[in-house]
Amino acid sequence: MAARAAGELTTGLADPVVTATRILRAFGDQTVLDGVDLRIGRGEVVALLGGSGSGKSTLLRILAGLDSGATGEVSTRGRTGVVFQEHRLLPWKRVTDNIALGLRGSDVPGRTAAALAEVGLADRGRAWPAELSGGQAQRVALARALVREPDILLLDEPFAALDALNRLRMQALFGRLRAEHGFAALLVTHDVDEALLLADRTLVLEDGRIVEDTAVTLPHPRAADHPGFGDLRRNLLTRLRVPTSPDES
Amino acid sequence: MTADVRAPALPAERTRSARGDRPRRSPGPRRWRRAVTPVLIVVLWEGAARLGILPPEKLSPPSDVLSVGLRLTLDGTLGLHLLHSLLRAFVGLAVGGVLGLALGALAGLIRLGDDLVDPTVQMARMLPHLGLVPLLLIWVGIGEPLKISLVALGAFFPIYLNTYTGIRGIDERLVEAARTCGLSAAARVRHVVLPGALPSLFLGVRLAFGAGWLSLVVGEQVNAETGIGFLMMEARDFSQTDVVVLGLLIYALLGMLSDFGLRVAERRALAWRQGLQAS
Ligand SMILES: Nc1ncnc2c1ncn2[C@@H]1O[C@H](COP(=O)(O)OP(=O)(O)OP(=O)(O)O)[C@@H](O)[C@H]1O
Ligand SMILES: [Mg+2]
Repeated sequence: MAARAAGELTTGLADPVVTATRILRAFGDQTVLDGVDLRIGRGEVVALLGGSGSGKSTLLRILAGLDSGATGEVSTRGRTGVVFQEHRLLPWKRVTDNIALGLRGSDVPGRTAAALAEVGLADRGRAWPAELSGGQAQRVALARALVREPDILLLDEPFAALDALNRLRMQALFGRLRAEHGFAALLVTHDVDEALLLADRTLVLEDGRIVEDTAVTLPHPRAADHPGFGDLRRNLLTRLRVPTSPDES
Repeated sequence: MTADVRAPALPAERTRSARGDRPRRSPGPRRWRRAVTPVLIVVLWEGAARLGILPPEKLSPPSDVLSVGLRLTLDGTLGLHLLHSLLRAFVGLAVGGVLGLALGALAGLIRLGDDLVDPTVQMARMLPHLGLVPLLLIWVGIGEPLKISLVALGAFFPIYLNTYTGIRGIDERLVEAARTCGLSAAARVRHVVLPGALPSLFLGVRLAFGAGWLSLVVGEQVNAETGIGFLMMEARDFSQTDVVVLGLLIYALLGMLSDFGLRVAERRALAWRQGLQAS
């Protein structure tokens, strides 16, 4: 309870950008989401953890409005951006055109170029997606979401397919962009360290419900050797039923 | 001194130039080597005709074919017949192509369209369309509509099938990503579905051209009064073997040219795949 209160204090859940209530989703007779309640405050980064097949992607797709088979209520305020595990860039559009896809308003080229520069790829605008490395493609996908100036960014294991070094770089980039733009985010991840490095709050999904909701009150910039990090990590791993030391297994 | 620095990085190149070999495998010699056999065949053909081994009424020598080609070009006959053949091909391909594209898109994009159109087309596809000539003769007579409908029928099926499979083969995840970028259904078709189906569509168009030329050859031998096929049939009546061979060459040339043009267009339109193939 104490953790929950702290979370509300720091992020203002009184003004949520996402409110989901009693989300139910079943595939055939398999109930995947069994009454999920979720709120994300303005500017808050929430990490969503859970075992494989626990329904994290399903929940994210529902929040993104991509799943018409769910019941319950979802309301999002403001613009939404989505980044998937695979970059999902259109192979037949150059990087710039991928970022500008469906973009409206004034100075689309300028905004596109700015977004590309923000992810460190200012000079790759003319490239085809097939000419990019995995890490670069994922950064373009991030730019495609960012250029829409989202109030809430939904990310489904966005860095999971990258190698360890690229993952660290992307996490740092994400932290920097977040500090700059102040978007809220729901970050689906398998990686407990990533969750604790980036999130203001961690949720654990199990048996179709959110069973754990913990504020991460560590100060920024965070590092894995920060005092207090280890405790949070151990708690989270226990909650995910992962043995934290070899003799526990 | 410089050689010492470069040596470890480019050992292969150094040994090769030291031996005085060609620095790179150039395409030149290979291209010429590939031309050897066709040239040899033409030379043998000409020689056999000159020596009287090939009777000219069975197969005219290449030189005769060339000279008759020149003569018919200069007096304008060839141009006129070629124009008529091309017109038939163009109209037939356009009619069959547009129909194939429209129905393929309808069946590929809309479930109701799929149910109403696809099973029927799949069944009709099994009919050999050149075998329909007797029926078409009864329906549309022996005039231009017969030739055009044969070409159109030949072009329709490859374009329909490849449009349909191209659209069906689109990665659903890309469509979903486009939705998250705020694209409407129509915009998703324009930016995701059509470009994604384009490689398949190009294959369909190339097959359609092949089938179209074939249909034209058959169609023009049925009571035509103009066209390359007519020229050949008329020449056969007068035992002008050189004109018959000329007609065959022109058909082959038309097929080659259209295929070449389509390849160039394809390479331009699908430039994004170059990187894909390289990686
Ligand atoms: N379209 C679908 N049809 C049928 N079952 C589905 C479908 N999508 C998801 N599921 C099922 O729903 C459950 C949750 O899937 P989901 O992809 O949300 O899991 P996840 O938590 O994202 O797992 P992971 O961490 O491995 O990505 C799984 O058991 C999966 O088999
Ligand atoms: Mg998932």
